Amino acid sequence: MSRKDTAHGLLVSPIRNGTVIDHITAGEALNVLRILGITGSTNECLSIATNVESRRLGKKDIVKIENRELRKEEVDLIALLAPQARINIIREYGVVEKKGVEIPHVIKGVVRCPNPGCITNTNEPVESTFEVLDKGLHCLYCDWLIKDDIANHII
Amino acid sequence: MYHIISIRDFEREDLDYLLDRAEVFETGRYPPGLLKDRLVALLFFEPSTRTRMSFAAALARLGGQSINVDSVEASSIVKGETLADTIRVVSGYVDAIVLRHPKEGAARLAAEFSSVPVINAGDGAGQHPSQTLLDLYTIRKSMPLDGIDAGLLGDLRYGRTAHSLALALSLYGVTLHTIAPTGLEMPVNIAVELRERGVEVVEHASVEEAIRELDVLYVTRIQRERFPDTASYYNVASSYRITTQLLEGVRDHLMILHPLPRAGEIDPAVDRTPYARYFEQARNGVPVRMALLHEVMR
Ligand SMILES: [Zn+2]
Repeated sequence: MSRKDTAHGLLVSPIRNGTVIDHITAGEALNVLRILGITGSTNECLSIATNVESRRLGKKDIVKIENRELRKEEVDLIALLAPQARINIIREYGVVEKKGVEIPHVIKGVVRCPNPGCITNTNEPVESTFEVLDKGLHCLYCDWLIKDDIANHII
Repeated sequence: MYHIISIRDFEREDLDYLLDRAEVFETGRYPPGLLKDRLVALLFFEPSTRTRMSFAAALARLGGQSINVDSVEASSIVKGETLADTIRVVSGYVDAIVLRHPKEGAARLAAEFSSVPVINAGDGAGQHPSQTLLDLYTIRKSMPLDGIDAGLLGDLRYGRTAHSLALALSLYGVTLHTIAPTGLEMPVNIAVELRERGVEVVEHASVEEAIRELDVLYVTRIQRERFPDTASYYNVASSYRITTQLLEGVRDHLMILHPLPRAGEIDPAVDRTPYARYFEQARNGVPVRMALLHEVMR
């Protein structure tokens, strides 16, 4: 761990095994957790720091999740909210893998379609499915386009 | 397996091919009984007598048979059963399903659960590809689609037929002229998408301003329920009414289309002019739907 992180030691202490998501767009940490399906009722041991000073971003959020290595698909969803995020996989206090996030082409079951008339908002056995375009998220069922505020539509 | 779900799924070649097939079916030069022994479920979860009859007529002309589920029976199916389950069951009985459903995206869902082809006959405010195809077919019978000046008049915000027609026409290098009451303009994302597809979109404040430049004028219904009160509805509706006076000086070959039913947007006196083509347009629904049914089951 770098000296910079140690400076925030009280806020975010180093973890032995798990995942550190760094350089999250400031204010998006809780939405990142929602995207990962982490809620008050799940078991992860978490540390969250928000609005941490960062040379690259001005301010940033950091999330540390102990004893869980995130899968590639999970990580990529984070790109929707925090395209600059960096993922560090930690084993025995050391970073064994560093990766950026990549915006997926299609996301399933993560975002609710804002169109009340959309079939995915009924009790049908299908997951919401969006195609990720430059201009927003395009519902592949009803053609609705989510242009901004993606975090508000996370399931 | 081939489903007909959305006009967005089609490339220009697919549209041209289907329109060519419709032409074959209209001329009657095809072998009899092409869909003999084929059974189709007309699954209508909301009433649309016209569309349903048009599919039934198309199928009967090809020698096929249909079983109907009307909206009353459909509403009892809906109780407690998902569309996904209904589709899984019904697709076990028939060779194809024609689906009309109030929810957008219902046809896409049906296609995922069906073991037979699904044709979308309108899902909510979403897609209604057979309507768009018959609109294109009607225009193409009179003039090549390439580069025409097409006007879209009426409720362009909620009018799904206008959206899909615009998307389809974008494959033919047309210029689109939009004429809509305040508040019912074409949604920005659709206008942007059209421009991305290379369409020139020209907005007009009034139909008078646009009509002399047009080859096709596509009129859609202005729905009373979109307005706060009756007075403001009549106010807007009267300013978007096509009358014979308005047609002075238009291009000789101008065609006026309307997906019907109309609600006063077109003065009945216009019906007697050579520009009125909406009844012919409705009739064209049969050969177009013959082409679709044949295509998915051949
Ligand atoms: Zn949707």
